[in-house]
Amino acid sequence: MNIAVLIRQVPDLAEELEVADGGTELDREYLTWVVNEFDDHALEEALQLKDSTGGTVTVLGLGTDDIDEALFTALAKGADRAVKVGAVDGPVDSHGAAAAFAEALQNESFDLILTGVQAINDVDGQVGPLVAVRLGLPHVSVVTHIAPADDGTTVTVNQEYAGGVLAEFQVTLPAVLGVQAARAVPRYAPVSRVRQLMKTATLESAAVDVAAAGGLAILRMSPPEGSGHAEMIEGDADAVVERLAGILGDRGLLPG
Amino acid sequence: MSRDRGLAKVDGVIEKEDVVIEGVDISGSWNRMLEPRVLSDYSTDTMDWITGLEGGESLRWCYQCAKCVPVCPVEHVGSYGPRKIVRKVQLGNNLLEDPDLWLCTSCAACLRVCPKAVDMTRIMPAVREQAVLEGAIPQELAAAFENLQRQGNPMGEAARKRPDWTKDAGVEVPIIGKLKRPVDVLWYVSDYTSYHPRGKDAARAMARVLTALEVDYAILGGEERSDGDSVRLAGETGLFEMLAEKNIKALGKYEFNQLVVMDPHAYNAFKNHYPALGGGGDYEVLHYTQYLARHLDRLAPLLETPVEINLTYHDPCYLGRHNGEYEAPRRLLEAIPGVTLTEMPHYKATGFCCGGGGGGMWLDGLVAEHTSERLSERRVREAVATGATTLAVCCPYEPSRFEDAVKSTDNDGNLDVADIIELIARSMRLEGEAAA
Repeated sequence: MNIAVLIRQVPDLAEELEVADGGTELDREYLTWVVNEFDDHALEEALQLKDSTGGTVTVLGLGTDDIDEALFTALAKGADRAVKVGAVDGPVDSHGAAAAFAEALQNESFDLILTGVQAINDVDGQVGPLVAVRLGLPHVSVVTHIAPADDGTTVTVNQEYAGGVLAEFQVTLPAVLGVQAARAVPRYAPVSRVRQLMKTATLESAAVDVAAAGGLAILRMSPPEGSGHAEMIEGDADAVVERLAGILGDRGLLPG
Repeated sequence: MSRDRGLAKVDGVIEKEDVVIEGVDISGSWNRMLEPRVLSDYSTDTMDWITGLEGGESLRWCYQCAKCVPVCPVEHVGSYGPRKIVRKVQLGNNLLEDPDLWLCTSCAACLRVCPKAVDMTRIMPAVREQAVLEGAIPQELAAAFENLQRQGNPMGEAARKRPDWTKDAGVEVPIIGKLKRPVDVLWYVSDYTSYHPRGKDAARAMARVLTALEVDYAILGGEERSDGDSVRLAGETGLFEMLAEKNIKALGKYEFNQLVVMDPHAYNAFKNHYPALGGGGDYEVLHYTQYLARHLDRLAPLLETPVEINLTYHDPCYLGRHNGEYEAPRRLLEAIPGVTLTEMPHYKATGFCCGGGGGGMWLDGLVAEHTSERLSERRVREAVATGATTLAVCCPYEPSRFEDAVKSTDNDGNLDVADIIELIARSMRLEGEAAA
């Protein structure tokens, strides 16, 4: 089975994120980037499928800042090919990313296209569905446990619901899947191997134009605003009781 | 690494079919004897593989005298021991799937007594590197490695928050990149001292002491990265090199006379391993206890307030056994008025490892599964038994490790843990609000 995995970078939450002047994007001065955690799970699931059923894994990375390192890391984990999709400075929304990925996939042939179900900076979860629509392929989102049928024409996938309810879908290949979680914790890529590959391996590139936005307009970005505060009641028991009675009285909760 | 012969050598069985002694027939399988076997009965493939690794060479020198067994701290809390490792390898175990691979703390207690200089502190990292390359590493260790890759510290805190502790230092802590001039002392603060809530106490104390001594110093601030020594010992050579290159590049930008480090692991890395990677320069590397002991003539008059405690001192493996510094910390402790130093049975060259070295800091779960108790708990019991009420340390791994061990061994209230620099600050009345 030949699998494509679509990966993107997102801001590393270890940094304290700040909104840039203008109020519509993050301040990028101190921003560091990491691979979207869900995409990392999609890659792990693809590598697990390759380990169990054979085939190849091709990673397509949206061409933002440090994507080269992320692609070499994917190769170090066991991917066979790594393709840099376009070149773009700064964040790209799900519509822009999906359009670029779809164009890069246009002339490729894969049985399965996996991507993370969503990203922390883009929680609409639309990359998978939009890629599927553009390529005219079936799509299932929020999946786990991808299991290929023996004849290689379909896979079954699980979707988890609240209350322990599980749905199983059968999907005709080729298909696009939005991965919720891999069957194993994403594997560690040894730095020795990543650095070795940086010297010896070559990244392919797909020359596509990446539009930063395609469907969503950010009107305003701000840290969450506190809507209320807890009052810590200090003092001895009598003082606390008096304050509590006062609060309850103010709200009309004590009998007159 | 398969054995080419089974454990029992079938053609070496001696069994008589009929045995009649004094008229009694005692024939039976119980009279079977096995001929003694020799080492050449085993395949040497696995031993050859390990001794073929850079650093693994000395494993074959072992002649099974077992001097390492009683001194290995892990042997005290489990069934691991260097001699047993050799035996396992002789029997065809390449260690890659064996939890024993991760139990060695690289404390070098075995190397000290080994008549053949079998060096587990090189053998283990060499085999671990192979496990790292195969991806066969414990998940908790992989998590620490990933944090170190991304942010240059094992906790995964933002690299640029590294100097955040200075805000509560109570004194100005100069950052060399902003100072734009040479300094006498560049102070390498290290990971746990910069980020760990308990480690930061030592950082603040050090800043206050250096300021009171009017030392011309600065720190690297956000440019500093983990020294990587424990990463190297845990087998992630590539990550160690990456961290070292970043530190070497940062250090190379500035002029200073001495590099003073808080962490014995950093001391070991800067002094013994960075030069091979192009590090080092016209500066001297000193552990902070060595630096302060050298300036004891200026420090001693400032140690005015008695600290009336009976304490014992824990020798960090990487300051003591690995680098031979036993006296500087003791000279500082003895200079503090009021302090009585009582030694533990394991002290100086026989110092007992806390369990944090060689990657142990990031393998607590795995170690707990394969040992009866943490080495830090063993050590705390030993410290309490001396009658001391304070355990003095000078490695940033220790305060949190030993304080946890004090609680888990029900010794809360019996033993305080303090970095030597905190005790010095206390004697100089530079602790807490007094300094602010």
